[in-house]
Amino acid sequence: MSKYTEDDLKVELENKEYEYGFYTELESETFPVGLNEDIVRAISKKKNEPEWMTEWRLQAFAAWKEMEEPEWANVNYTKPDFQAIAYYSAPKKSDPNKTLDDVDAELLEMYKKLGISLDEQKKMNNIAMDIVVDSVSVATTFQKTLGEKGIIFCPISEAIQEHPELVKKYLGSIVPQKDNFYAALNSAVFSDGSFCYIPKGVKCPMELSTYFRINQGGTGQFERTLVIADEGSYVSYLEGCTAPSRDENQLHAAVVELIALDDAEIKYSTVQNWYPGNKEGKGGVFNFVTKRGLCEKNAKISWTQVETGSAVTWKYPSCVLKGDNSIGEFYSIAVTNNFQQADTGTKMIHLGKNTKSTIISKGISAGKSQNSYRGLVQISKNADNARNFSQCDSLLMGNNCGAHTFPYIESKNTTAKIEHEATTSKIGEDQVFYCNQRGIPTEKAIALIVNGFSKEVLNKLPMEFAVEAQKLLEISLEGSVG
Amino acid sequence: MLQIKNLHASVEDKDILKGINLEIKAGEVHAIMGPNGAGKSTLSSIIAGNENYEVSEGEILLEGEDISELAPEERAHKGVFLSFQYPVEIPGVSVTNFIKTAINESRKARGEEDMPANEMLKMIREKSELLEMDRKFLSRSLNEGFSGGEKKRNEIFQMAMLEPKLAILDETDSGLDIDALRIVANGVNKLKNENNAVLVITHYQRLLDYIIPDFVHVLMDGKIVKSGDASLALELEEKGYDWIKAEIQ
Repeated sequence: MSKYTEDDLKVELENKEYEYGFYTELESETFPVGLNEDIVRAISKKKNEPEWMTEWRLQAFAAWKEMEEPEWANVNYTKPDFQAIAYYSAPKKSDPNKTLDDVDAELLEMYKKLGISLDEQKKMNNIAMDIVVDSVSVATTFQKTLGEKGIIFCPISEAIQEHPELVKKYLGSIVPQKDNFYAALNSAVFSDGSFCYIPKGVKCPMELSTYFRINQGGTGQFERTLVIADEGSYVSYLEGCTAPSRDENQLHAAVVELIALDDAEIKYSTVQNWYPGNKEGKGGVFNFVTKRGLCEKNAKISWTQVETGSAVTWKYPSCVLKGDNSIGEFYSIAVTNNFQQADTGTKMIHLGKNTKSTIISKGISAGKSQNSYRGLVQISKNADNARNFSQCDSLLMGNNCGAHTFPYIESKNTTAKIEHEATTSKIGEDQVFYCNQRGIPTEKAIALIVNGFSKEVLNKLPMEFAVEAQKLLEISLEGSVG
Repeated sequence: MLQIKNLHASVEDKDILKGINLEIKAGEVHAIMGPNGAGKSTLSSIIAGNENYEVSEGEILLEGEDISELAPEERAHKGVFLSFQYPVEIPGVSVTNFIKTAINESRKARGEEDMPANEMLKMIREKSELLEMDRKFLSRSLNEGFSGGEKKRNEIFQMAMLEPKLAILDETDSGLDIDALRIVANGVNKLKNENNAVLVITHYQRLLDYIIPDFVHVLMDGKIVKSGDASLALELEEKGYDWIKAEIQ
């Protein structure tokens, strides 16, 4: 990746629009709108799935029909009409089995605009990438290199065919079909996503990455990611997302499941930049996502997220610390501007002895946005000597935004130690003037202050991602003070 | 270097400066003294371009150019530096990162390339030694948890790095113990040359024992009411301000 200079930033800042807002004319196959058993069966058939998978989906669908959309989050929006969404859309020419050279020229053009060059991917060390456009995975790189170590990294649709034993065992094991309204919906209609398995004792030699893109209008994206780190293994996984600017709200309801077996470690990083809607609050993606990981003995899961996009975000990447001595971490930066709303945080469920969790949440609100941290730390009866440290910091820009913190602590074990710290601050005129006086213009001063505020979390991201995240923060907050 | 002509300024409709005239030539050190509320800090904020004050009349010329309409960063790019009385904290931004950004922004404004990293490091080393600063200090968050003395030393360190034409020291002596005061003053003296100028704003004479002014001005009720040489500061120290009040009435 070439060095990102301040001039590049300046050019980007001048272009105040959401830069991924373009739509690519791809010939797509899109199912009719609406959801019923037939659609669920049709998706399953389209994917050529085995009977057990179809049944699994139908169970989820049956459960979903009985469920109600959650309303407890601190967000306001018009609920999506689930019968007005198309549940499957695929760029027609894509075929995961094709080599890169065969990928549709228009798709390649789109990747280029997104800043993903598959050709460069071939040369770039240390990132293997899977790309999901609308409902299907269109390209997975580095499969061969990874294969030599026994690592499986492929579209989940392929995993269902090729590795049914792993999928059967772990799919829904940590986010059950009936877990919540959106997870149930996802379980019924998910069409693709990424699958990853790291064998015992293997340290994955490169970052694995999935890039999600909603392209087609009137569709939802329901991807499913399953990462299994077998005993003593290690993997770092990255996820990025964008969507075209549209006046309508688009639904993104994903499920991510992480399984870290004994002594394994999974690092999962997200840079979420779905279309946030325009300055008047019209359009944007509804991001209703369930992410959860299971830690067996001595295992560790780290979630790092930079959330700058979406009109509404509802997302709580969580860790179930089942094994003794396991560790869960959550590092988050959530930025809201204009009319964006975010209700995000984590759940740390301590079941095993000597389990530890760390939560660092940084919320940045600007414009007329609302930004909430919601977190649960639960210590069960048997979790002797559990430890948690939570820190929630909010930064406000201007006078019309809101920052809220909803920490929940439930402890059933007297040996637990739980610490919670929270701060709220405002970017002060005096801070900006101080920077100005040293020759730093206001826009740059704000970027500096915001980056300083977010530093603890930015530092947790892999290098390439950290640079991208920093850019995103600056662009998202463009024009919000002054 | 700096010429201020008939400067009037107010904040929230309250007149604070009522016709200031001041000329500072290159190579000179001027001190402005005066009782609390005389408008000393207001004057320094206005020269630096703080937009909370309304300039209703008058001119501020830097090397003959009127800068009174320029944004604060533009004034900084032209060589105006203000050592703040109360430097602000910027959590998560290290002293090094901050000064690097500041220097490169000024260079950019002048159409120059970023300062090469090795040159920057060398300069940081030299200037931090000049101010007897601990190396560890440079990686700390800007002003966060700094003692009063550390904050002021950091201000002068930034001044040393930015090499301004006009440095305004606003109550730089407040909150300093005698050792820190000596180090800071020593730093200022070493940075002084015939091409730059220093404006010291202070309440007390003690800083002027170390930074010897060429001229001392007394600011009272928004006006410079008396000017003299360094001995005026001593006289003020001894007699207070009341005798001047009596003299002008």
